[in-house]
Amino acid sequence: MNETGFDLQLLNTFAALLLLSSFAMLSQRRVVTMVNLLAIQGVLLGLATLLLAWRTGKGHLYVSGAITLTLKAAFLPWLLHRLIRRLGVYWDSEPLLNIAGTMLVGLLIVIFAFGLAQPIAALATTTTRSSIGIAVAVVLLAFLTMITRRKAMSQVVGFLSMENGLFFGAMSATYGMPMIIELGVALDILVAMLVLGVFFFQIREQFDSLDLHHLESLKEEK
Amino acid sequence: MNFLLLLGTPVAGAVLLGFFGARRWAPEANVAISLATFLAACALTARVIGAGTLTAADEQFFIDPFNVFLVTLTALVSLTTSLFSRPYMRIEREHGRVGSAQLRLFHSMYQLFIAAMLLALTTNNMGLMWVAMEAATLSTVLLVTLYRTPASLEAGWKYFILCGVGIAQALFGTILLYFAAEKVLGAEGMSALLWTHLNGVKGQLEPTVLILAFVFLLVGYGTKVGLAPLHNWLPDAHAEGPTPISAVLSGLLLNVAIYAVVRCKVLVEGALHSALPSQMLMGFGLVSVVLAAFFLWRQRDIKRLFAYSSIEHMGIITFAFGMGGPVANFAALLHMTVHSLTKSAIFFAVGHAAQKAGTQIMDDIRGLITLSPTVGWGLMLGTLAILGLPPFGVFASEFLILTTAMREQSWATPILLLALGVAFAAIFRRVQPMVFGETTARRLPHPPALMPVFVHLTLVLTLGLFIPPYLADWFRRAADLIAGI
Repeated sequence: MNETGFDLQLLNTFAALLLLSSFAMLSQRRVVTMVNLLAIQGVLLGLATLLLAWRTGKGHLYVSGAITLTLKAAFLPWLLHRLIRRLGVYWDSEPLLNIAGTMLVGLLIVIFAFGLAQPIAALATTTTRSSIGIAVAVVLLAFLTMITRRKAMSQVVGFLSMENGLFFGAMSATYGMPMIIELGVALDILVAMLVLGVFFFQIREQFDSLDLHHLESLKEEK
Repeated sequence: MNFLLLLGTPVAGAVLLGFFGARRWAPEANVAISLATFLAACALTARVIGAGTLTAADEQFFIDPFNVFLVTLTALVSLTTSLFSRPYMRIEREHGRVGSAQLRLFHSMYQLFIAAMLLALTTNNMGLMWVAMEAATLSTVLLVTLYRTPASLEAGWKYFILCGVGIAQALFGTILLYFAAEKVLGAEGMSALLWTHLNGVKGQLEPTVLILAFVFLLVGYGTKVGLAPLHNWLPDAHAEGPTPISAVLSGLLLNVAIYAVVRCKVLVEGALHSALPSQMLMGFGLVSVVLAAFFLWRQRDIKRLFAYSSIEHMGIITFAFGMGGPVANFAALLHMTVHSLTKSAIFFAVGHAAQKAGTQIMDDIRGLITLSPTVGWGLMLGTLAILGLPPFGVFASEFLILTTAMREQSWATPILLLALGVAFAAIFRRVQPMVFGETTARRLPHPPALMPVFVHLTLVLTLGLFIPPYLADWFRRAADLIAGI
């Protein structure tokens, strides 16, 4: 396990691409493309996990890489695409902040994320510790994506991207959480998306739209 | 074995009711399952009183003085809530607000929700606790939207997305905790996430990582507690869902979330040797109390009113845990118990009152006492109890918290007193005309179940007059445990 091997560089490339995909998601207005970017994130995450499993020889990482590939790279994007088709919501409305402004805020967030990750990375003994900052950045960028969107579907994509960032963080800092926890988290995400599918149809039945401004009547001034 | 019985009963019940939840006998089956869970909890309690701390399944589950009383409380309130929901849901069905599919969903998810909370309470594994907390949210999202009204969908969406993001922060906190613990305890096996092991080595955990972990854990689980300014989902979810769900959300889920926060606080404080976690808890608590007290004035919906009152009480409890020390912890534990009992009793009474008046808008509910003295008195006594009037138990715990605050954090006492006074006026001025005066209520097709209301209020009254020695001893041991003595 040397620090400059080809596999490590490949891992760093995956991490960089992950960050890039987060930025792409932040600037994207088409929901379909956002879901595709989410699938790409899933693929990158799954491949990175498998590579790390091979590198460290930890058996449970193989399992968690396989779960990531099936769940995050294939099943969830498929489910979201299906929902988009059935509900006919292809576009997001205008984001609350214009794209250029959002990107600038995103840049500041990345700097902040690396600052935040500094003390953790300094203590980490894993060879992937340099990616911890990227993981935190992905989480925060996903948060920004959620804040600046008005459509329910885009917020969900942001939410899943945030989960991807957390997963990547756990992987780079500690080579993943114990198996049972990762299974539990994956199960929760899966159930959450199924609940959400039901929920979207209920919203749609009631409002004929998934625009969140319909969901802003419960204010205190009522 | 006991653990299996405790967690297996509601899960099996959820499956059974998933298939037969709309049958004529389903509400009775729901009560029977809750009763079985309660008996399992009592058996477990009896064993812990005899044997002290118990662990099971390779230390994945454990019971110590802190969680055993919460397990019993959760099982008890879920039993009484199932008794209340029996006529309540029948009336809703006859009023045409729910169909058979929704009844099935309701009964099945109710049991699953109880199972998730019991898992969160009894697990020794911080990761599993996170999974269980998320499961508790997910099982109730579709219950909040049970009526499919626009407002309930909005409430459900807020609940889903805010608690989802919140709980994601808690996951990050858990990862950081694992990261710090793995260095001391090693990554092999699960021991780096087991609370008992972490508690043993908390002095050696890396402080810089733990303080970061605590911030994320507090924000994450704090969202579920409903601490201001993360409380936005709470009044909506309480007001728009069916009332039995409001009762268990307010009476149980908030307690479980506080439990998670306190477990984390014990670890972090032990590692940090500084008062920072305590100060953060006190800050969040105080802001919640004050904010909730003033928001109480603007409420028109009766369930929103009591939801804000829950935020206020969660703030008081968080503040008390923040002060720390055996006395404040004792008071906080007592307050958790009496708040849970009183608030669920109030929601039972409120549920039937809203059914009788046909609305949740307080201006349109009048003179409950004329048509149904029990609902009227239940609401009145419950309100007096929650407002902290002696001789109810809430008075005892609030008195303890205030006197401790005077000694240890005297600057906070006037703020707390002011908030409590404001809340008192805001709630009392609303409840008084609803109970007395000309009536607008109608008769209901099924007799309301008010036995649970009076059982809860009797318990709260008893706790206010006299805490049985074994219970006091129990609270004291839990308080010492939290204080790290």
